[in-house]
Amino acid sequence: MVGTGRRCCGPSGATPAMNCRAEVLEVSVEGRQVEEAMLAVLHTILLHRSTGKFHYKKEGTYSIGTVGTQDVDCDFIDFAYVRVSSEELDRALRKAVGEFKDALRGSGSDGMGQISLEFYQKKKSRWPFSDECIPWELWTIKVNVVNLANEQERQICREKVGEKLCEKIINIVEVMNRHEYLPKMPTQSEVDNVFDTSLKDVQPYLYKISYQITDSLGTSVTTTMRRLIKDTLAL
Amino acid sequence: MDTDLSSQDRKDLDKFIKFFALKTVQVIVQARLGEKICTRSSSSPTGSDWFNLAIKDIPEVTHEAKKALAGQLPAVGRSMCVEISLKTSEGDSMELEIWCLEMNEKCDKEIKVSYTVYNRLSLLLKSLLAITRVTPAYRLSRKQGHEYVILYRIYFGEVQLSGLGEGFQTVRVGTVGTPVGTITLSCAYRINLAFMSTRQFERTPPIMGIIIDHFVDRPYPSSSPMHPCNYRAGEDNAAVYPSVEDSQEVCTTSFSTSPPSQCVFTVTKAHFQTSPPMVTDTLKVPVMGLAFSHQPAALGVGSADMGYPVLFAGGLNAAHPHQVLLIGPGKEGGVPPVPNQPAHGTQADQERMCTPLDGVYYSAATPSSSEDTETVSNSSEGKCGSPHDLLETIFIRKVGAFVNKPINQVTMANLDIPFAMFAPKNVELEDNDPMVNPPESPETESPLQGSLHSEGSSGSSTGNTHDDFVMIDFKPAFSKDDILPMDLGTFYREFQNPPQLSSLSIDIGAQSMAEDLDSLPEKLAVHEKNVKEFDAFVETLQ
Repeated sequence: MVGTGRRCCGPSGATPAMNCRAEVLEVSVEGRQVEEAMLAVLHTILLHRSTGKFHYKKEGTYSIGTVGTQDVDCDFIDFAYVRVSSEELDRALRKAVGEFKDALRGSGSDGMGQISLEFYQKKKSRWPFSDECIPWELWTIKVNVVNLANEQERQICREKVGEKLCEKIINIVEVMNRHEYLPKMPTQSEVDNVFDTSLKDVQPYLYKISYQITDSLGTSVTTTMRRLIKDTLAL
Repeated sequence: MDTDLSSQDRKDLDKFIKFFALKTVQVIVQARLGEKICTRSSSSPTGSDWFNLAIKDIPEVTHEAKKALAGQLPAVGRSMCVEISLKTSEGDSMELEIWCLEMNEKCDKEIKVSYTVYNRLSLLLKSLLAITRVTPAYRLSRKQGHEYVILYRIYFGEVQLSGLGEGFQTVRVGTVGTPVGTITLSCAYRINLAFMSTRQFERTPPIMGIIIDHFVDRPYPSSSPMHPCNYRAGEDNAAVYPSVEDSQEVCTTSFSTSPPSQCVFTVTKAHFQTSPPMVTDTLKVPVMGLAFSHQPAALGVGSADMGYPVLFAGGLNAAHPHQVLLIGPGKEGGVPPVPNQPAHGTQADQERMCTPLDGVYYSAATPSSSEDTETVSNSSEGKCGSPHDLLETIFIRKVGAFVNKPINQVTMANLDIPFAMFAPKNVELEDNDPMVNPPESPETESPLQGSLHSEGSSGSSTGNTHDDFVMIDFKPAFSKDDILPMDLGTFYREFQNPPQLSSLSIDIGAQSMAEDLDSLPEKLAVHEKNVKEFDAFVETLQ
């Protein structure tokens, strides 16, 4: 199921003219597929949101480095995706996804959570105010972890999740293709407000990854309600 | 319409479109080679990476593309198409996908050519990289080798989608508006595949899938020849195709920014004149480093004429040790509070590099990276996934054992038993049915295969609705017998309905009932006399 909800989330206290587009994707996966599925989606998004390193020259011109790509095969899903050839970026994503996966598995979780990838711009403020972060694109991936009973179900899950991820990739590409707002290309002094220049080989837009786990309290309330209603109806 | 576009812009735009078309073909064909692709990022521009993407140029593919384009550019009604098809070892082929690069009339006059159009074309190529891994043909192409190969064909002109069978799906990769029209890149792919997965057919060895709908002669015999999506270790090939001769064609690598107050990217004519030449035809840049023209070592390819590629185990992208840092915000300036964020700072990383560029494609013998993730992936069943629940569309054409030539000959009365040639000659034979009349040379090794070929002659598209298993008459196999005057079938039919037992018929039954009832008292008396014997007998049993 894919929700491409496009709501405009208000930026944190910045000018109201700025719109942040939001996209939501949903996947249901088995526990061991969480990592690969998240990496596939995040890498696909970042592939589109990364450029080569800028090299500024005189007269305000700049040149752009080259972005390489590589294929990644998934071990637990019948799926392959393309990511940017940058080990630093891959490490960063793996760390975030690893934490998310651990949190999903941890106690207090019902197997539901979401991981968000937000692209933002920094706006320098004068002292004493700290810089603002103004998001311009927010991707939310909702995850539902399912438990499977036997090997045959797992096999089917491999294939089904692979097909679902294919759909997600197509959805992501569709959004990217709308050519909607992108931050303007910055001057040399502004480049760190738009891009993450800390990586050696590529330059993604400034991004941050956060996640939320649906706490068991929330879900247990739901299950109790469901049971109540069911019992009532059964009478 | 072109008056608004400066001549320099027009030249740039034409160049961009031309190289975009060439790169598109490269991406598509490379995605169907059956190998994992890996190219390096480079922070310093070399001047020869179009669209700031490291996409290799296979010389043969470039040559074919240029031949198809013949100096023209995609325009309205003239699209560049890359057709991907599959060819089995028996020589049957099937079109899998058609990738179309089209141009329509919708112009975007306001757009800036050398910046916005260029960057959007770059984005479109990235989308193409992503989408080429998502269509069903990708998984097929990764498994090509002994049973089938993947071929490509480039043509220019009208898009021909008829070879894809019924119900093909379309996915749009993206569009880019330009002042002379809107470029659209899309893919139409076949979904009418019936492939065996080990999940369904564990015991039978895969002949090759049972493919519906494809035994059609190529409708366009005059069109350009098919090429395998692999690089043959052909000596002649390597010599013919020149390396990237586009040393004159430099891709745009320089951009310029205007003062931050305006915040609009413009490339004015002034810039063109004063800044270093961005795109000129006369500037020669030595093409180096990225190994566009690589003379491959012997690949150990199988039968050379079919050009079967060997599945390369050039697995890269090893699993890293999990020392990751979340490098989110930049280091300078205020760091916004983010939950679950570890300490910052880059780490001296040991960048796991791809193999040296020269070797990536062709190093069949040396999987460079240590961990090979390919062992686990794709080791499972050969399943072609598609975004639209392919499993439900799989159906297998089986032909029942007792069916003669299917469909067309159902009405024929003289269906005979199989292997009738071994029976006495008083039966009529069907001449053409391999089931009935096994030819001397065992060309039909299995009933399935025989029926496949007969299916093929009956045309392509509408074969799906016919019954596959039609029992006309009960003709059991192997039942001809010289000893008995009748065959098993007749025997069975005759004795299927034997007459009722007399004791079970009603009037006789009624009579016997009455008799039984009458005789009961006598029988009881007799039994009572012999009670003691009965008891003794029972005792012995216990």
